[in-house]
Amino acid sequence: MRNSKVVTLEEAIRRSGLKDGMTISFHHHFRGGDKVVNLVVDKLAQMGFKDLKLAASSLSDVHAPLIEHIKSGVITGISTSGLRGELASAISHGLMKEPVVFRSHGGRGSAIASGELHIDVAFLGASSCDELGNASGCPRSENAKSICGSLGYALPDAQYADHVVVLTDDLVAYPNVPMSIKASQVESVVVVESVGDSSKISSGAIRDSKNPRDILLAKQAAKVILASGYFKDGFSIQTGTGGASLAVVKYLRESMIEQGIKASFALGGITAHMVKLHEEGLIGKLIDVQSFDKVAAESIANDQNHQEVSSIDYASADHLGSAVHALDIVILSALEVDTDFNVNVLVGSDGIIRGAIGGHPDTAEDSALSIIVCPLLRGRIPCVVPKVTTLITPGKGVDVVVTEYGIAVNPSRPELAKALAEAGLHVVDIKALAAKASSIIGQPDPLPFGDRVVGVVMDRHGKQLDTIHIIQE
Amino acid sequence: MMFVPGNNPGMMADAHIYGPDSIMLDLEDSVTMAEKDAARLLVYNALKTIDYGDTEMVVRINPLSTPYGKKDVEAVVKAGVDVIRMPKTETADEVRELEAEIIKVETELGCVGRTRIMAAIESALGIVNAFEIASASKRMMGIALGAEDYSASLKTQRTPGGAELLLARETIVVAARAAGISCFDTVYSNLDDMETFRKEVELIRDLGFDGKSIINPRQIEVVNEVFTPSPKAIEKSLRIVAAIKEAQAKGSGVVSLNGKMVDRPVVIRAERTIAYAIASGVLKEEDAL
Repeated sequence: MRNSKVVTLEEAIRRSGLKDGMTISFHHHFRGGDKVVNLVVDKLAQMGFKDLKLAASSLSDVHAPLIEHIKSGVITGISTSGLRGELASAISHGLMKEPVVFRSHGGRGSAIASGELHIDVAFLGASSCDELGNASGCPRSENAKSICGSLGYALPDAQYADHVVVLTDDLVAYPNVPMSIKASQVESVVVVESVGDSSKISSGAIRDSKNPRDILLAKQAAKVILASGYFKDGFSIQTGTGGASLAVVKYLRESMIEQGIKASFALGGITAHMVKLHEEGLIGKLIDVQSFDKVAAESIANDQNHQEVSSIDYASADHLGSAVHALDIVILSALEVDTDFNVNVLVGSDGIIRGAIGGHPDTAEDSALSIIVCPLLRGRIPCVVPKVTTLITPGKGVDVVVTEYGIAVNPSRPELAKALAEAGLHVVDIKALAAKASSIIGQPDPLPFGDRVVGVVMDRHGKQLDTIHIIQE
Repeated sequence: MMFVPGNNPGMMADAHIYGPDSIMLDLEDSVTMAEKDAARLLVYNALKTIDYGDTEMVVRINPLSTPYGKKDVEAVVKAGVDVIRMPKTETADEVRELEAEIIKVETELGCVGRTRIMAAIESALGIVNAFEIASASKRMMGIALGAEDYSASLKTQRTPGGAELLLARETIVVAARAAGISCFDTVYSNLDDMETFRKEVELIRDLGFDGKSIINPRQIEVVNEVFTPSPKAIEKSLRIVAAIKEAQAKGSGVVSLNGKMVDRPVVIRAERTIAYAIASGVLKEEDAL
């Protein structure tokens, strides 16, 4: 077609004006199946680029090939929400000279909007795109193979990057509407064999956890919601995607039907569970920054009341329109919670990075009721501890911690503690939970951290919150 | 009573958080020969170190005829177990043999009489001897049915309706009641079929069993629901007991409620309903007074 923007990846990079030392960005909607980051960075290495700063919305196990590009000096800086697998372990052991900067989803959106995180060239994978760059995470032809639904985390990049390249494995006829990334934001379109491995992008149908501890925690969390005073017609809710968080929705659904209560909206990462409640008329609208499974991706493609939201509109602290400002209830998980209700979701109890901040601090701080669902023990690892290894979500935003040994309520919410106790729930002091964990497990040896800083955790307002130190064998 | 393999520390550590009435740590069928010693050590340490709260702790030992049985008795009595469950019990003599072993260890510890015994009956011979087994010792607190081995000994197999178990179940209830002890039904092992499980629990409740053996925390809720008396039954029982107390206060031997005479079995049943209601947490103890 006339004015087509379709070029090869090499040509797109050349046109972008990318130079050594600049910042490139990626989104993580293809999750564990992502092929875009490795493909682009391999090409940049081949073309001889050095000293690039990689700003991803998140990175996972599949990005282990970056280790070689870091060693060879192609990538010298990373900012992300999370790191997992070999790459995370290598970074924890001192792979990079420059510390990795960790931000929440809302924090990243704000940093991009304010210019604190300036993106020179964004490389954004899309499930469908036309020749002018109208791109979507939804399928628009029979050839669609890498469907991710919402492109919420890519939207700030598309809006604020100096130069935007869309990569797609399904080039469709113009106009690709409705679009998530607009042609006016896009300089080049690159057609590739595959942007993601569909089997690793999303799972199929609803999977209910059969883990008895998840079920126990979920039932307790559902009881907390029922007794909290926030369970009334028109409430709003967000949950994580762990087994226990998903199961909360299942038990809440029963009470919603029984008591005739409907939610106005569900927010955040949307799952098949939420879609089911929405389709049953129990949740009015779905505000979707990330579609977690096939059911959610299909729903956002077909249902007007299931809408995509950018990470800025989802969770930015300083953005008046952020959906989190209107959120009533959020259910979150944790690697560790401490006796000041601080939460760590990023660094394992072995001192190695193994998670992602996600929207944890954003939703905890802004929701009216934040509930952390977390077993007291994971095997031999205590999850309620005197002090978290790394501070990700400050305790002032955390209201309730649900464990299998009891429910702790932040002392700043005495009325909530009273309501839960009156409902017959086993409310305990969080210090008693930490003591219980310690009585079963004993006192772990201190972690062998060195002096060098390998990671910096930024809070959602743009201030440094904590540092992650190198771990020594 | 929830079965927990004695070689699984993770399961042993948090079995009580699901709220079973009793936990049976297993040293017998769920532990392979190679792991018998390790499991015994684990169970000993679990009993010594984990705070199981009010949960009644039971250990299923290996038969005394095996090389492991006596060592199991020694370890778990020393660890302070509440109840020893003897598998594959066929005669009263076996109970007395176990009792003698327990007494040996208890004498050494200076706590004679502390450990109680539950006998699992898992064969045709065991069913024939059920009352003798149930009444073989003052330490006997209950008898239980082990259905897999029992059906094999009958030369039949388990069926969903459980017709092959009917005589055994009824015999165990009758023997337990005659001996004044408790009785527990066998496990149901298909965790994906909660409907059939519920029907089985309803059946054994109606037959008179005190409880059901379970193999997964997910089964606890169903058992509790089936055994928890309905609000209507609780209310009726409370009224019966109140009427009895009132009559006793007046010195009257005859009680009537809503114009009907209340006789002794009715009162016993009402008291049992109230006890179940308190145990299942739907009735507070002070409200039952």
